[in-house]
Amino acid sequence: MRNETKREPLFHITKRSVLPWYKAWGIRGGAIVLALIVCALITTLMTHQNPFEVFATIFKASFSTQRRTWVLFQNIAMLLSVSLAVVPAFRMRFWNLGAEGQMLVGGLATAACMICLRDVFPNWLVIVCMVISSIVAGAVWGVIPALFKAKWNTNETLFTLMMNYVAIQLVSYFIIVWEVPKGAGKIGIINQSSQIGWLPSIGGQKYLLNIIIVALLTVVMYIYLNYSKHGYEISVVGESERTAKYVGIEVNKVIIRTMILSGALCGLTGLLLVGGTDHTLTTSITGGRGFTAVMVAWLAKFNPIWMIATSFLLVFLERGAGDISTNFGLNQSFSDILSGIILFFIIGSEFFINYRVSFRHASKQEGKAHV
Amino acid sequence: MKKLIALIICLTLCLGAVAAMAAEPAKVKIGFIFLHDENSTYDLNFINGAKEACAKFGIEPILKTGIEETEACYEAAADLADSGCDIVFADSFGHEDYMIQAAKEYPNVQFCHATGTRAHTEGLSNYHNAFASIYEGRFLGGIAAGMKLNQLIAEGKITADQAKLGYIGAYTYAEVISGYTSFFLGARSVCPTATMEVTFTGSWYEPTLEKEGAAKLIANNCVVISEHADSMGAPSECENNNVPFVFYNGSAESACPNTYIVASRINWAPYFEYIINAVANGEAIPADWTGTIATESVLLTDLNENAAAPGTAEAIAEAKAKMEAGELKVFDTATFTVNGETLTSYLADVDSDAAYEKDTEVIADGYFHESEFRSAPYFDLQIDGITLLDTKF
Repeated sequence: MRNETKREPLFHITKRSVLPWYKAWGIRGGAIVLALIVCALITTLMTHQNPFEVFATIFKASFSTQRRTWVLFQNIAMLLSVSLAVVPAFRMRFWNLGAEGQMLVGGLATAACMICLRDVFPNWLVIVCMVISSIVAGAVWGVIPALFKAKWNTNETLFTLMMNYVAIQLVSYFIIVWEVPKGAGKIGIINQSSQIGWLPSIGGQKYLLNIIIVALLTVVMYIYLNYSKHGYEISVVGESERTAKYVGIEVNKVIIRTMILSGALCGLTGLLLVGGTDHTLTTSITGGRGFTAVMVAWLAKFNPIWMIATSFLLVFLERGAGDISTNFGLNQSFSDILSGIILFFIIGSEFFINYRVSFRHASKQEGKAHV
Repeated sequence: MKKLIALIICLTLCLGAVAAMAAEPAKVKIGFIFLHDENSTYDLNFINGAKEACAKFGIEPILKTGIEETEACYEAAADLADSGCDIVFADSFGHEDYMIQAAKEYPNVQFCHATGTRAHTEGLSNYHNAFASIYEGRFLGGIAAGMKLNQLIAEGKITADQAKLGYIGAYTYAEVISGYTSFFLGARSVCPTATMEVTFTGSWYEPTLEKEGAAKLIANNCVVISEHADSMGAPSECENNNVPFVFYNGSAESACPNTYIVASRINWAPYFEYIINAVANGEAIPADWTGTIATESVLLTDLNENAAAPGTAEAIAEAKAKMEAGELKVFDTATFTVNGETLTSYLADVDSDAAYEKDTEVIADGYFHESEFRSAPYFDLQIDGITLLDTKF
């Protein structure tokens, strides 16, 4: 029997119990400040510009003109909309990574109505068809993986992910069918002169309708998740399927129902993008929002109200990063680098919220808080 | 006397100041929208032109790179207009709809768009298209390719029947068709047995697809390659396989020293200088502007003597002189047939509309009048001698 004095490691990591919200947000805030400092340092090193000018640029990117502020809110609304769509699925631990595809088919259905029905129906009827078909298309795209999960317990993460590529191919195909002019590989603005199927703009502001719809959606989703029977069932299924079965919840029914909802909302986002603002269809129209939404929802701990803040943060910083590369004459990839740094710090901060890092000398004073 | 001298000095100073003020043109603010960044040869050509023109006027351009042919283009254009630009320029065909949308919203800002087709029918006084008669440049590039074919035949590496060119195109609409047809006609003007195969990528910038396209053509025994897509994918494949090629947009000599022959390119600086001047002087910009060899808008890069056939420079110079004298027309109807017949009349779709209605007679005086009724090309005939391998785009 050897009895060596065991040398403690330099630091060790322990799981934290739940942090009070203000501490958690303190850590997140600190991470963002750190991220901005690193971004400013890198930009300054590369361009020899005053770092404060870098920060000013980030701020100006969203607030220097009215238009920019509107675009900021439009982008927040779109990102939030997808995030709201995926959050019910995430709450029941169903990892819907297929928001991109569900949005795309929603957009595809919208564009199909705008193009195929423009000479057949009056404008209002075209819009009604767009709304119905986009929501149905998104729901169908979302429910297919759910059915497979319920019937054969397939892996929903992979399945939803693969459905994205099917949707992209489908959209690519129809772009070639509808391209203008023939051979150019793009649809361009649909019904630019007649404006058939364009969702109405409120008070001359083309983004306002989208923003109002998403604001309402946020409130409704919050109530649905926290104060409805469905919302409760989702939470129970997410906590433990066995518990859910034990208390008599039909798990498969909840999965299918929730994925219909999730897909339908993604389809609705596709409608808002194609019918509301962009009036075109491309394979990149979703702008990767289906994946960014995962982060928005996760950072906000699947709380729709907090998701407003997280989507604001991501959009604000991303627009700022984009303007830095324009203003300082840097390649567009530079904004990707800055966005990457910011995201790295934000995601990294979650580690420090969930885990405590204790150093060797500190471990003697057990119980002292380390942030 | 002192007073007189003082007065004269004062007057000269004043006059000098006035003259200086008059000489100094009002600073025009100009913003540029590019589809990709400087890694794309096409966009790099525009970026260089923009910097060159703006340096002449001492103005600092705003460059927005990586702007997709979507709502992003409208947002970028509107944002540039909002931030005080007098001119907003976009470089890609698919930007057009969004530029028009922004132009309607900002009537006091000039929106200029390269390669577009709608300015002459849209009726907006602040929306303009521009292009250059690049088919002339491609024809000259084609002569270099034809000379290379002749050299290969003379050296016994191929027979006259095997003189096959390869061409990688992006899409299948008029701009690309006009480009590969003029290249082919240039080659055939010196090598009468030349034929050509064309493959399409369905994208302006996709290095992998362009590389695969080149590989496919090389496997099909094409012995000289050219292209109309924007990456270095095809040139690098040609260099690896030691197949000579004629490039577009700019020189590839440093990357492909053994196989790169020559490149044609549009020099955009003259157009940018023109629009900056026009705005500074309050002059109207025409709906369509077509640069030519005469405006130095169509250029050939320096010939790479390592790859070019002997006598190429002389052949190109001769054809160029004839072109400038008006003796040589690229789309001379005597030099090509469609389904075995020589054309005497052709209605082209010059005015864009949803139904692609053919609206303008473009053959007269024995040649196809390209880029005369609008700046962007509208030559979309499939002439004999060219085989399209895939037309899915």
